[in-house]
Amino acid sequence: MVATSQNPSKIRIENLGVSYGPDPALRSLSMDIPRNEVFGIIGPAQSGKTTLLKTLNRTIDLVPEASVKGSVYIDDEAVVDAPEPVPAKSLTRHGLRDVCGYRRRIGMVAPLPVGLPMTIYDNVAFAPRQAGVKERGQLDEIVERCLTQAALWDEVKDRLTTLGTKLSGGQQQRLTIARALSHEPEVLCLDEFSIAIDPVTTMRIEDVLRELQSEMTIILVTNLVQQARRLARQTAFILNGELVELDDTEAIFSGEANDPRTNEFVSGIFG
Amino acid sequence: MFQETQHVKRKKRAERTAQGVFLGMTLCMVLPLIAVVGFLIYKASPVLSIDFIMDAPERGMRAGGIWPAFWGTVCLVFFSVIIAAPVGVLAAVYLHEYAPENWFTRMVNLAVFNLAGVPSIVHALFGLGAFVLFAGLGKSILAASLTLAIMTFPVIIESTKESLAAVPRSFREACWNVGATRWQTIRGVVLPNSTSGILTGIILEVCRAAGETAPIMFTGAVFFKAVQGGDVFAYGPMDQCMALSMHLHTISTQVPGVPEAIPFATAVVLLGTVLVVNATAIVLRVIIRTRKKW
Amino acid sequence: MRKSLTTRQIVAEWIIENLIRLCGISAILFVFGIFFFVFREGAPLLFGEGGFDLIKFLTSPEWYPSSNSNPRYGILALILGTASVSCLAVLISVPFGLGAAIFISEFCGPKLKEGLKIVIELLAAIPSVVWGFIGLTLMKGIIESVFGVPFGLTVLNGAIILALMCLPIIVSISEDALRAVPDSYREAAQGLGATRWQLIYRVLLPAAKNGLLAAVLLGVGRAVGETMAVLMATGHAVNIPIDGTPPYFHALDSVRTLTATIAAELGETAQGSPHYRVLFLIGIFLFCITFTINLVADLVVRGIRKE
Repeated sequence: MVATSQNPSKIRIENLGVSYGPDPALRSLSMDIPRNEVFGIIGPAQSGKTTLLKTLNRTIDLVPEASVKGSVYIDDEAVVDAPEPVPAKSLTRHGLRDVCGYRRRIGMVAPLPVGLPMTIYDNVAFAPRQAGVKERGQLDEIVERCLTQAALWDEVKDRLTTLGTKLSGGQQQRLTIARALSHEPEVLCLDEFSIAIDPVTTMRIEDVLRELQSEMTIILVTNLVQQARRLARQTAFILNGELVELDDTEAIFSGEANDPRTNEFVSGIFG
Repeated sequence: MFQETQHVKRKKRAERTAQGVFLGMTLCMVLPLIAVVGFLIYKASPVLSIDFIMDAPERGMRAGGIWPAFWGTVCLVFFSVIIAAPVGVLAAVYLHEYAPENWFTRMVNLAVFNLAGVPSIVHALFGLGAFVLFAGLGKSILAASLTLAIMTFPVIIESTKESLAAVPRSFREACWNVGATRWQTIRGVVLPNSTSGILTGIILEVCRAAGETAPIMFTGAVFFKAVQGGDVFAYGPMDQCMALSMHLHTISTQVPGVPEAIPFATAVVLLGTVLVVNATAIVLRVIIRTRKKW
Repeated sequence: MRKSLTTRQIVAEWIIENLIRLCGISAILFVFGIFFFVFREGAPLLFGEGGFDLIKFLTSPEWYPSSNSNPRYGILALILGTASVSCLAVLISVPFGLGAAIFISEFCGPKLKEGLKIVIELLAAIPSVVWGFIGLTLMKGIIESVFGVPFGLTVLNGAIILALMCLPIIVSISEDALRAVPDSYREAAQGLGATRWQLIYRVLLPAAKNGLLAAVLLGVGRAVGETMAVLMATGHAVNIPIDGTPPYFHALDSVRTLTATIAAELGETAQGSPHYRVLFLIGIFLFCITFTINLVADLVVRGIRKE
């Protein structure tokens, strides 16, 4: 059953399959991701969640052994369009050409915090600089806005020149979020962002996400099922590269979902 | 308590013997280094001084100093580094960051590995055939430096690849995620964080180039080149030059009647230069390890 | 903020990417270039110039390149010179190199290990001409007084010098190979009550044999290709050190190697003369030998990685 949505969808995925060599990671996955709200994706480890995000922001192109089939549309623009399986590295011929420009429309936060070995300021200013923003004032503005949005500004505003790698894990994760916001993305993907940080920071970031959802589409991949319950209006449950169920979050977590595996997963029987 | 049985005692003795034997073998490697350096310095001491380095040779290289040779080596090494370093670093970037995993990349890697094993005298023949004769550079510092550059090119590639591998993949992914192109990623994050490792490799290349004799013998170095009085930096890229390694070979085998201490002092200067440069690289590497940014 | 790449960025990216690719591929070009240019100078002889006979070139011991009436270019003596010095050098350096590698990887603490590795690195940095000079002075005197021979520049002298030069490469690669043996093997052997000797002979050496073989091969490659040290230390006499009288192998004879011959004679030949071309042929011969050795070593190393 496909849930109804008030908003027209932001991202449309049709029959998406990805495999690494002979091993399939996603098998013919289809779903619509609604605009301007938090969309949760849950599933056990190795179920293809990270692969899905990599395909969404087209960093799958950089995985040498990957091959992709199916389509992904963002605002009805084809990001991936491959009726037959093609090697990921040749996706530029089967989808969007300007990959780097496209990635600037997507913000991505990886499971483990990555502070780049440069100053906090440069961490956040990195993407705008690459995109051609040179003026100092404008950069200052972006850095302050992003760090504030990521709930990190107050802690680091007096030491913007220290190395990003010297921050604590939780701070580095917020720095990563600030960096993901720095190029003003339309979609923000978070991949198990709370895996390496403490509960307090997790709560703060969840608050940040609640605020951001009015401005952008947020895809929250999580292994903490309760996190999806707290934030997402709709949630998809993925298992072994297949979509098991997609519904309003409450329906997924009610214990009366359509598929018994969903009930087992959310109640902690496996995963 | 347990009594030490015969068996345990024998085992312990075997243990000690083993340690002793292998220690002895290791010493056979360490002692020559000390012995060689000590012997050379002892024999060289009568003439070794700053003046010896700074003076020109006199009376058919039987007196005076070694400045033209020293400076020639500096020139050769300088040109070979500015040729080999950029190409070598970029080649390593290709092999580590861009190259797809296929048979062709394996071939390139094999070529690098083999290039490192080509005998220096074959490099010399190649330099003579390709640069001196075919390219028409003649015997010159440029031709000799090109030969040295190709010879040391694999050294730079190997060390650069190692330092690129030390930059975590997550850094690259973080850059790709914000829309940086491959080159922006490499220039913005990968290269700045492997600079010191790359530098260490280049310094080692300098070392190797400075000590080589065979590749420069027929491509640019000469037995003797008079240097005009007062003109201490006498060489241009198209000139022939003297070189320290070649000079040592010449005065120890080709010129009769050289006072004993002079070749020894030349050897000490060559060895000293090489070891000091090498030690710099080692110190640099230790500093990098302690000051890791992540 | 601008999202899409500008045309300038796309062009710049394309240029730099291809420049990098070109630099990467250049390694192959260099290897082919070396073969081509050395071959180019020596090749006319192979195609019948001056009645050159390849079989005779490889099998005749008569090396009289500068004879006016009847120049003869047989490199058998030179091949045997190279072979004898290299073999003896490897025979000397392999046990010591392996022993040192075992000591470094199995017996010593991290501090000492670090120190010894630096020593190895410094040993490897000593220029070959300095080694040659040591052979010419220090080793010559030692050999003359120990063995009571009149002339100390011999196979043995060159071999000892070469052995010292090969040691660093043998030690460092063997050490890598030994370190690659999983600790669980060591623990299992010690759990069964094996002594260190047994551990080394029964467990470590068999487990690391491919890496050790590669180390030895690279040592041989280094020994065969070395020029200046053998030029200065082996006495530079065309001579076959092997004959029918005991002890069949005369380590105290002077010899001359392939590399030393090129280094010593190329400067005196006229460009394009048969002698000049023969020296380039020797270069091709050396190139092929070391290429084969490296290829085999690479295959052996690849074998380790696959395991």
